[in-house]
This record gives sequence, structure tokens and C-alpha cells, in this order.
Amino acid sequence: MNRNSYVVAVYVENKSGVLMRVTSMFNRRGFNIDTLTVGETESPEYSRITLTFSGDQDDLAQLVSQLKKLYNVKKVEVINAEAGIRRELLLIKVKNSSETRGDLRDAVSVFKAKIVDYSADALCLEVTGDSTKINNFIDNMKPFGIIEMCRTGIVALERGPESILTK
Amino acid sequence: MKLSGAEIVVETLIEQNVKTIFGYPGGTVIDIYDQLQKKNDRITHVLSAHEQGAAHAADGYARATGEIGVVLATSGPGATNLVTGIATAHLDSVPLLAITGNVSNSLIGRDSFQEIDISGVTLPITKHNFIVHDVNELADTLREAIRIAKSGRPGPVLVDIPKDIQQAKCEFNYKAPVTRTEGEPASEDMVHEAARMIADANRPYIYFGGGAVRAGAGALISELADKIDAVIGCSMMGLSELPSKLDRFLGMQGMHGHYASSKAMAKADLIIAVGVRFSDRATGDAQKFSAGARKIHIDVDAAEIGKNVKVNLGVSCDIADFLRKLIDMVDYKRNPNWMTKIEKLREQEKEQEITDFLPEQAIKAISEIVEDDTEIVTDVGQHQMWAAQYYDFKKKRTWISSGGLGTMGFGMGAAIGSSFGSGKRSVLVTGDGSFGMNLNELATAVAYNVPLTVVVFNNGVLGMVRQWQTLFYNKNYSNTTLTDRKTDFVKLAEAFGCEGYKATNEAEFREVFEKAYKTEGPSVVELIIDKDDMVFPMLRPGGSYDHLILDKEDKA
Repeated sequence: MNRNSYVVAVYVENKSGVLMRVTSMFNRRGFNIDTLTVGETESPEYSRITLTFSGDQDDLAQLVSQLKKLYNVKKVEVINAEAGIRRELLLIKVKNSSETRGDLRDAVSVFKAKIVDYSADALCLEVTGDSTKINNFIDNMKPFGIIEMCRTGIVALERGPESILTK
Repeated sequence: MKLSGAEIVVETLIEQNVKTIFGYPGGTVIDIYDQLQKKNDRITHVLSAHEQGAAHAADGYARATGEIGVVLATSGPGATNLVTGIATAHLDSVPLLAITGNVSNSLIGRDSFQEIDISGVTLPITKHNFIVHDVNELADTLREAIRIAKSGRPGPVLVDIPKDIQQAKCEFNYKAPVTRTEGEPASEDMVHEAARMIADANRPYIYFGGGAVRAGAGALISELADKIDAVIGCSMMGLSELPSKLDRFLGMQGMHGHYASSKAMAKADLIIAVGVRFSDRATGDAQKFSAGARKIHIDVDAAEIGKNVKVNLGVSCDIADFLRKLIDMVDYKRNPNWMTKIEKLREQEKEQEITDFLPEQAIKAISEIVEDDTEIVTDVGQHQMWAAQYYDFKKKRTWISSGGLGTMGFGMGAAIGSSFGSGKRSVLVTGDGSFGMNLNELATAVAYNVPLTVVVFNNGVLGMVRQWQTLFYNKNYSNTTLTDRKTDFVKLAEAFGCEGYKATNEAEFREVFEKAYKTEGPSVVELIIDKDDMVFPMLRPGGSYDHLILDKEDKA
């Protein structure tokens, strides 16, 4: 079986406890969820969960149909790699010193990152991009000494004029 | 008109044609009980001995009638006592509405007396659940809960109502009873594809389960089998949808299924699965399960397609609609070689029959003595399998048994509930182990003079576990011997206020069972059986149907 990483967008009712219902189902059914983000959408009634998940085609079909069974889930759409725009945001705090400052600046410029906080001992950087870019950036920061980091997980939209909620 | 939340609960249930509910009072549902008492000319409340019994009773009521079962309990322990009953209904897709009281909103989240987050507790075992925070939403929430529970693939829904919501008032207007949403109509393309697969097949086997019972699809299945010359088998959950003696029906397949039924399924070249979920108890090793057969799977729940077993054609739709269209589309066909093969399997099954097997004699005696529409309710274990194997089903919805969850202690509550539902006498076949779990509900049966005959197969052991210990655990009978218990079931019955009888052989059993069955109200019949009686055939757990264990000497 081919294990792949899939991005799935889920519109859920914007009510308390809905996220728990979704994640409880993942736990019960043993799905491997790699990242999960949740936030507001164009419609105040709905929140959008974007999740990435590893498995084969059968696992994906099962995940989608189990999601659709949940009462508060309104729409489930698999965002395919070609048609989708995927982004992640990383905040990372790395050690700063006079010897490394120049190299750090170079990396920031190449990756189009932003310096969002500066002190003599540490820099806080912000970078957005797809997961590969984020991973590469983290790898590049390791030699400088990573103090702390957090990443949002993937958000994704399909290209084109439509909303997945109405299509 | 302005009504209190508690009044709205009761009025909404009445509006939705709920005639009987089961439950147990407590601090956070006193308001609802207050209203139930005032409206007892329009709705009957049955007081159980324990909330678990009430939950199983609501479940048994739903299974017997096809209507929603309703259970009411207080917060905290009342609610948690429902959990096993809700899970049982969940695993067997039974439409159940569980209503719980909770502490007032101002006390929620403070670990107040008898406060529990029952919505959180029941999240993975309900189809959906609700907490009502606004009395204005109470009636519609209950209606929606009933609609969800009944629709598509049925299941339990819980509505948790804090005490202050029960006491708050708001406007209430009657609405029409909600109707269940069926599955989608079957698409012509899918039906066409199924018809093509049938035309290509020479050894078709129709395999149905609880979904076919829900859809009342027995007659359609039988008609399809006649037209395409197929044989029919069912999962345990499918029992009683077709008469046991129907010509093409080989009976239950599965871990303890009939030899011919299980073997035919393994040898089929096409399995048409209708309203089943391919449980491990039915398939054994899912990879090896009927590997040579192409498979069509029709179920109302899309998530069941491909969940456990890979199929060639999976269709999620209204199964009765699919079968109707398929019968119209398929060509008449005969499969003489298959029928010869089936005859052989049936002969082999006959040859395996043993004589003087008391559990079989007892089930067959029950079959002969009871009315055709008597519900046969069971607990879980060997007695359950014997009843499934040997009872001669004649009418629909007369088999009430916990399949998916395998809940010992299910039977007493379920039998009481099914009697209330059908208005008929039910027979509970149970074991000394299972009966011991919830026999407190005898008190309920006596209080309401429920027409219920309890048959306790007493072998002094937890027979099914012992059977596994004998076959797979080197006869290490750890904690399965109950002979130190000194329970006298006849005296026990008398202590609860009903008749008790004891039998030790077939002749005695026939005599006392008939007497008990004809007694008004509940009674208990104890039948002493041998502790080493076993259920055969047996599929080794996770095994394949090439190797069925046929008797005690068989080490297959």
C-alpha cells in the first residue's frame, strides 16, 4: 500500500465541543493525524479544520466517510497537491551573536523570513511557506542553536474562483 | 402556551408518539418525574431496578418495535449507569434516546454533587449528543435527537438537560412527529453493475445482517435468491428476518454459525452483502475471508463500505430500494452445480449432529412450545449461541440479542423492554453468569407483572470463557468456576415474588417450561446443564473458514 500525506479541509459548525468530537473520532478510529489547524472562515456559522494525515487511499476514504457521519460536519474536501495552495507559519527563536549575525541575516533574506524580535542574544524569526520550505529553514537554523519554536500546521485553499463550502 | 422545561420534555415525547419510557429518578430529574406523574394517562414510565436495566429495556423496546426507545436518568451515577446500555445500542445500531438531568448551569464545572460530563463520557458511543443550555431550544433539540437516532443507520442519541433548564419557562408549540430520513435511492448504474456481477457468478451467496432487519428486507432477499439461484446466510444480527426453515436459507454464519452456511460462504464466487458490517466474529481473518469471492456490499452507512473487508462493488443507499431495482434488472438464472454442492454441505452438517445434547433439546423445546411471535431474548455466552443456532424463528423481530458489544446482563432489561414494546410474552434465555449480572430487574418484572419467562442455563461456570480455556488455554480454568456460589434460583425467584422451577433433563424441562410459559407474569426456569458442554462449530478467533472446529476432539 502506498502511504501518502493528504490534506483535508473540513467545514464544521462553529459551536463549542465540535473540535473534540472530530478529534475523538480520530482517536477512536486510530487515524494518524500529523497536523491540525482550526479557525474562522468566510461564514460566521462555520469553522474550517485543515488537517494533514498519513495513510493509503483506503484510509483516506474511511477518514472522509467517518468525518461526514459527524453531525456537526458540513463539508469535507480532500485538497489535492496540484490544485491546492498550502502554507504553514513558523515562529522560531535562535541564538544571536556577533559571529553568526551575518549568516543569520543571509538565511533570513534567502527564505524571505522576517525578524520579529531582536536582542543581543537571540533573534525571533517568522517564516511562511509550504512544509518543505519550513523544514529546510529549520534545518538551516539548527547550527545557530534553536532556543524555541512553534509551527501552525498546514492551512490550505484550492486554486480557482470557488469556495469548497458551496461547490 | 408557556411551559416549564420539564413539561416540555414530557410534552415533546408525547408529541413524538413515545408511549413508554424507562428510567430511574434522582435529584436532577425530579422536575421531569413530577410532570411524568401528572401526564401518566398519556405516557407510561417504567421504573427499573438500576439505570443499566432501564437502558437495556429501552433498547429491547426499540428492537422489538422498530420505534425509538427512550430512557431517562439523573445526573452523575444515574447517567454513568446508562453507559453500557448506550454502548450496546451503539454497536447494534438501535434507535435510542437517552435523556439525562444535570446539575444547574451555575453549578456545572465545579465538581458539584452528582455532576458528571456525560456528554464527554458518551461521545464515542453515541451517534450524537446534546447539552441544552437554553430552554427555548429544548423541544427542537429533543425532536432533532429523535430524528438523528431513527434516521439512516440508527443509533443512540443523548440529551443532557441541566436542572435550571427544566425549571425555566418558555413558549411551547406542538409540531408533527419527525420522520426518519432513509438512505439515498439506489443509482441505476450501481444496480446495473451488480446485475452484471451476478450474471457472471455461478456460486452466489446472499449475506444479510441487522441492516436488513431494519429495512425489513427479508422478502426481497428471498425473492432475489429465488431469481438468481443463490443461497442465503446471515450474521447473528440478521436472525429472525427470514424464517429458519426457508428453503434457501442456510442460517447464521460466523464464529459459531451453521456449518453449511459458513462453508458455503467460503466457497461462493459472489457474496452479496446486505446491511452487514463484516464484524470479526463473522469474518475471522478479514484478509482470508472468502478470498475467492467477488463481493457486493450494500449498506445505508457509507463508512461501512471497505471498512473491514475490501469489496468489488460498494453501494451506500437505501437497501430495500436497491434490492427492488436489482430484482427487476437481473436475469433469471440457475446454478445446478452450486445447488449440488450446497446439498452436500447440508448432508455434512447433518452428519455432525450429536444426539442427547441438552442445550439443543431445551432450545428446540422452547421453539415448539412458544407462540410464533414470542420474542427470544438472550444474554451473552454459550446459551446465546445455542439459542441462535437451534431456535426455529418464524416471525420478524423475534430475536433480541446483544451482538456487537456482547453485553452480559443485557437480557433482563431487554426482555422487559421488548415485552412492553410488543405487548407479547418474551422468553429470556440466559446463563447463570449473565443472569447474575442484572437479575435485580426481576423486581421490575414482578412489579409490572411483565409476561416474561426466564430460562437460566446453569452450568456453574462462565461457559464460553471456559470453552476458550479448554480449547486454547490448556484447561487453565482461571476464575470461571461459579460453583462456590450457593444461589438457589428457585428460591431467588420466590424471594422476588415470582414462581421458580428447576429441571435437570429434557422431559422435566418441557414440563416446567410449558407451565412457566403459561403462567401469567414473570417466572424463572433453571435448567442444569453440563459444565463442559460446548458450542460447535467454532471458528478459531482470527482463523479462516477452511478450518472449523467441529467437536471437542477436533484440534483444527
